[in-house]
Amino acid sequence: MINTLSRMIRTGILTEEVPRAPKADLPIGNLQEKVRKILGRALCIRHLDAGSCNGCELEIQALNNPYYNIEGIGIKFVASPRHADLLLVTGPVSVNMEEALKRTFDAVPDPKLVVAVGDCGACGGIFGKSYASRGAVADVIPVDHTVKGCPPSPLAILQAILETIQTTA
Amino acid sequence: MTPGFKEGTKTVPSNLPCSRKRVGAVEWREIAKSVRSAGGRLFALWGTDDRDRDTCFRVFAVYLHSSGVAVVEHEMEGGTKPTYPSLREYFPSALRMERAIFDLLGIKSIEPDHRGWLRHGGWPEDAFPLRRDFDCNNQFAAASAPYPFVQVEGDGVHEIPVGPVHAGTIEPGHFRFSVVGEKVLRLEERLGYKHKGIEKLFETMAQKEGHRLAARISGDSAVAYSWAYCAALEAATGTICPHRAVQLRALALEHERLANHLGDLGALGNDAGFAFGLTHFARMKEDLLRTNQASFSARYLMDFLVPGGVASDLPNDAPRLLLDRYRSFEADLNAMRNTYDNHAGVQDRFRETGILSQETAYNLDAVGLIARASGIPHDLRSDFPWPPYDKMKVKVSSQTSGDVAARVAVRFDEVIESLRICRALVAELRSGDIATVVPDAGPGLLGIGAIEGWRGPVLVALETGSNGSIRRCHPHDPSWQNWPLIEYAILGNLVPDFPLINKSFNLSYSGHDL
Repeated sequence: MINTLSRMIRTGILTEEVPRAPKADLPIGNLQEKVRKILGRALCIRHLDAGSCNGCELEIQALNNPYYNIEGIGIKFVASPRHADLLLVTGPVSVNMEEALKRTFDAVPDPKLVVAVGDCGACGGIFGKSYASRGAVADVIPVDHTVKGCPPSPLAILQAILETIQTTA
Repeated sequence: MTPGFKEGTKTVPSNLPCSRKRVGAVEWREIAKSVRSAGGRLFALWGTDDRDRDTCFRVFAVYLHSSGVAVVEHEMEGGTKPTYPSLREYFPSALRMERAIFDLLGIKSIEPDHRGWLRHGGWPEDAFPLRRDFDCNNQFAAASAPYPFVQVEGDGVHEIPVGPVHAGTIEPGHFRFSVVGEKVLRLEERLGYKHKGIEKLFETMAQKEGHRLAARISGDSAVAYSWAYCAALEAATGTICPHRAVQLRALALEHERLANHLGDLGALGNDAGFAFGLTHFARMKEDLLRTNQASFSARYLMDFLVPGGVASDLPNDAPRLLLDRYRSFEADLNAMRNTYDNHAGVQDRFRETGILSQETAYNLDAVGLIARASGIPHDLRSDFPWPPYDKMKVKVSSQTSGDVAARVAVRFDEVIESLRICRALVAELRSGDIATVVPDAGPGLLGIGAIEGWRGPVLVALETGSNGSIRRCHPHDPSWQNWPLIEYAILGNLVPDFPLINKSFNLSYSGHDL
């Protein structure tokens, strides 16, 4: 126990400053207030993998590490689409995941936001459209925002999330 | 010599010692039997449509045995219902691969389970994507395809269906639990949700672009796959990579192993209710990814390997930065291992949970990290070291208890060993070219690339076409062999322990579904 505590103290707090949404020079404090005003609580995100190579998942998971610490700015990942405000979708949509994606989208209560993550989610990427892939997420469900990259960095994903809230809110 | 091989053997271009033989239906099974009785393992299984060339379909089995890799090929006439004998009796893991071969090629193994595996109704029953006359761009409306799970009956038995969408940032797949109270009586997996036609897509690409797709078969194993692809192409064309390129590839492969093991060690702590573990390993993983960005110009090395070498060189200050990073990691890891080992709550969850006995692991063809945690210490880096591992004397981790604790211990052993390898690579880094030109391979060549990724051995079998095209490319993930093992490791455990057990395996869905 003493070792664990001493390690915590020696490591300190690693969380870095949150990037501002690129298009508006709005301090994050205001953004948080805005989110709270609109939603009355934290922004809840449900991630759905619709057929990715699992690269984007690794960077989405990184958002929860102590450097980015997104829960600290009032954004959290939830286990059920019914608890979500925003759906974060990765991958080209595989034909075998098409129905699951549509059903998950329907399960998110209105009003809802959708962000397609990665080159594949944004435009189909290297997989494109084929007998087994429907291509971009926007070809299957309505998408509000996309973030490119293979995989996009955690900062790029976070910026896209902030931008989506800001343009919609 | 390969068990069961007598004459008619040819060598195959590969980064490992590799031989090849054509056989009839009887010998197809006899070789499997000899390999099994000599302690060899099934590495991969796939089929090809060669009717345009010689009216035949073919199946290929690749075995790993004591002196290398053996490719066995069996051809059958492309009549209305082409069939071949199943290898399931000797290698149970062949079953799902045979079901996948049927879904993609329409050639059947002679065995009783013919439920679709990769085809979920996304294309018609009588259309087979890997046949030459099937157009990759065909689009079909999805039809529903009910899947008959095996039913368990009895007093108080009920089913829990989970997935394909899981409660977290993980890949999709379906698990059907049959339980009494909280105990799992049976688990049946259904995979294939992420099938995105990778094998067919390879056939539309040039030999010199295939490595990009290979890196995206399973993003967490990008280096292992792109290296296996490049190794297959380089072997087929007789290309020798510059020494520095080979060293940088190994450095990238070990960084990939480090990143994934660090992530898993944290997630396993978290699944055991120890958030401290998650936080500290997530910090270390992020530190490593930032080091990757500074050294390789990318956090994940999706496009670092190219045929003939690597895409970019290290900046001048990278060696010092890397050595500093390794030093601090080593201290952190020893401290964290100590913390995990001495934490009663964590050990209570890890020990004797999800046991995969050595006997079950052996009988059901376990490979890679999972096999090493159940007392089967195989690692291509040590068994058949290819450059630069031939100079590294990789120490293979081996644990025997086969539980979650053993799989955690293997990961700790391997990150420490990886750090040693990285330090040696950086210290011995020679100046020189980082890439050489790879000529187009002529048509009809088969190259095999096999690389020990962090999960286990990955294989890429590349058959060349004319004018620098790819005729057929089959990538194989160790998850094929290891997925069925979770169905055994979970038996008698509690449902709430499934996430922990599943995480301790951490298998690829994308690499399996292709």
